Amino acid sequence: MIKLIFYLFAGILIFAGTRVITVKNPVHAAMFLVLSFFSSAAIWLLLEAEFLAMTLVLVYVGAVMVLFLFVVMMLDINLTVLREGFARYFPVGALVGSLILIEMLLLVGPNYFGLDKFQVPDTASTVPNTVALGRVLYTEYLYAFEIAAVILLVAMVAAIALTMRSKRQNKYQDPARQVEVSAHDRLKVLKMPAEKAQ
Amino acid sequence: MNFTVTDLSLMLPEIFVLSMACIILIVDAYLPERLRDLTYQLSQGTLVGAAILTLGIQPESSTLLMSDLFISDAMSVVLKSFVYLIVFAVLLYSRAYLHNHKLFCGEYFVLVLMATLGMMVMISAHHLLTLYLGLELLSLSLYALVAIQRDSSQASEAAMKYFVLGALASGILLYGMSILYGLTGTLELSEIAKAIATGQIEPQLLSFALVFIIAGLAFKLGAVPFHMWLPDVYQGAPTAITLFIGSAPKLAAFAMVMRILSEALPDLHHDWQNMLIILAVLSIALGNIVAIAQTNIKRMLAYSTISHMGFLMLGLLVAKPDGYSAAMFYTIVYALMSMGGFAMLLLLSRAGFDAENLDDLKGLNTRSPWYAFIMMVIMLSMAGIPPFLGFWAKWAVLSQVVAHGFIWLAVLAVIFSVIGAFYYLRIVRLMYFEEPSDTAPLQVNTDMHLAVSVNGLAILALGILPQPLLQVCIQSIS
Repeated sequence: MIKLIFYLFAGILIFAGTRVITVKNPVHAAMFLVLSFFSSAAIWLLLEAEFLAMTLVLVYVGAVMVLFLFVVMMLDINLTVLREGFARYFPVGALVGSLILIEMLLLVGPNYFGLDKFQVPDTASTVPNTVALGRVLYTEYLYAFEIAAVILLVAMVAAIALTMRSKRQNKYQDPARQVEVSAHDRLKVLKMPAEKAQ
Repeated sequence: MNFTVTDLSLMLPEIFVLSMACIILIVDAYLPERLRDLTYQLSQGTLVGAAILTLGIQPESSTLLMSDLFISDAMSVVLKSFVYLIVFAVLLYSRAYLHNHKLFCGEYFVLVLMATLGMMVMISAHHLLTLYLGLELLSLSLYALVAIQRDSSQASEAAMKYFVLGALASGILLYGMSILYGLTGTLELSEIAKAIATGQIEPQLLSFALVFIIAGLAFKLGAVPFHMWLPDVYQGAPTAITLFIGSAPKLAAFAMVMRILSEALPDLHHDWQNMLIILAVLSIALGNIVAIAQTNIKRMLAYSTISHMGFLMLGLLVAKPDGYSAAMFYTIVYALMSMGGFAMLLLLSRAGFDAENLDDLKGLNTRSPWYAFIMMVIMLSMAGIPPFLGFWAKWAVLSQVVAHGFIWLAVLAVIFSVIGAFYYLRIVRLMYFEEPSDTAPLQVNTDMHLAVSVNGLAILALGILPQPLLQVCIQSIS
């Protein structure tokens, strides 16, 4: 039964993964990517790795892909430009790609990576895997965890450095200053002698 | 996990640099424009402080910390000290250029310090995870630095190329690491070496993982055929950033290669030796030949970097401690020379003008004999002409290659170096025997003048007395 479910989700995963790169519409490609994330989350669940499955769905499907879809929809991507030269590069690309594929299939196959070569991880422990992950993450891997935090900080600094324009270039309104304005700042009442009608 | 304060004392340099980078980030946000120089002074202070901490608290023998994720040993102390020195000089050289090109902002300094932290993490990594995270910390900061000149389409294009290819290479490296993890069941470098030494793992699978790892490493070093990004990035990035990319990160890349190949995969040296031979020969050949055809000096120096990386690999492929220390010596020497070369370009640039073509160097001797002399020292040193430092670096590597029986490799390397000497000597000819096309007076600050002079004279002085530096490298490896 578990095998059947595995092959089902693995099949969907491969199908969705292929569609991501073959489909023409970028929005559809993003949706297929969501589908592939879902099916890989299901495979994590089969391995009883609930935490990883949840994170994959929450973080990738819930946050990253939604953001990604926004970007795809906001950009007007010209597909004809992207496809330029496809026919010219295809033979070389296909040759190199298939060579690598064949070489990899010879090694990454049941010969060396079969089920009998690797033991299924022991899942009978009493500690839920979220707890187990949390324990090593904040103790054994504390150093790596902190570097990851620094990487996120760098990403933030970089994003701000590359996108923020100084205020002078932006034409924006400051409501507070607008409200504070009094008639004296804007209007000047001049006294003039009335002109006599002729 | 229990750790004591004494454990953390060996990590103080990292902690200090990170804290200071965060402080500078906050201080800079509240700093009025006219006090911006304070950011620069704080950054330089950080590097000096880190150097004092690193040299002050040295481990007696190699020490593992933080659940074996972090290592502090003689090699890490030496490499980190040189990283501080080089980054210090980079900031000093870049200051006037950044002012002139309106790039003098707090983000630059924070990103440079974060990149420095990334290099320190890589140098002190004893675990594939920390190695990879350090690499990403360094690379992300570098991508952002290349793109920091937002209005230049050339810089944006270079940053885009660097980012896409860099991400691809990181992916390939990560794939190799994951296969290695699948085979050995551990990410810790010495444990991987132990698992391989048992001989129970299929050798074909190990070389499969090794291919991906070498491809990733070769990309980061910029070895042929993974060199495509290098000329474009060197040319497209603002010269001050090229100066940074071309110097200190090479030390971190050397540390990464050392940690993976010599600490985790020493038993596979027959496999990686052959791969490195191919990479080294191609790099030395292509780098030296294509550099001749360049008219843009940044691009020319990029191809020269490629050939120098080939030499670095010659030292590594010997797979003996002597070879490693020769390679380390070469990397440090290369970083010093590259730093000086790009500094001269910064020196010739001014507001609204970037010196980047060979013609910009024409007649430098009539404009400033002293700088022409310094540039000549750097170029002759890069070409490997005695008595300059670059000669001893090539000598150290080649003597190791010959001593371990790869005479044909040494002959090939010498032939291509002779070919390569042409484009270095062409610069000397342009400086001394041509009329200047650009007669604007050079405006150089006193600190820049001093630093460039010290850099050039150090190459000359260390060339006459190379033994101390070489000895430091030998001691730190063995």
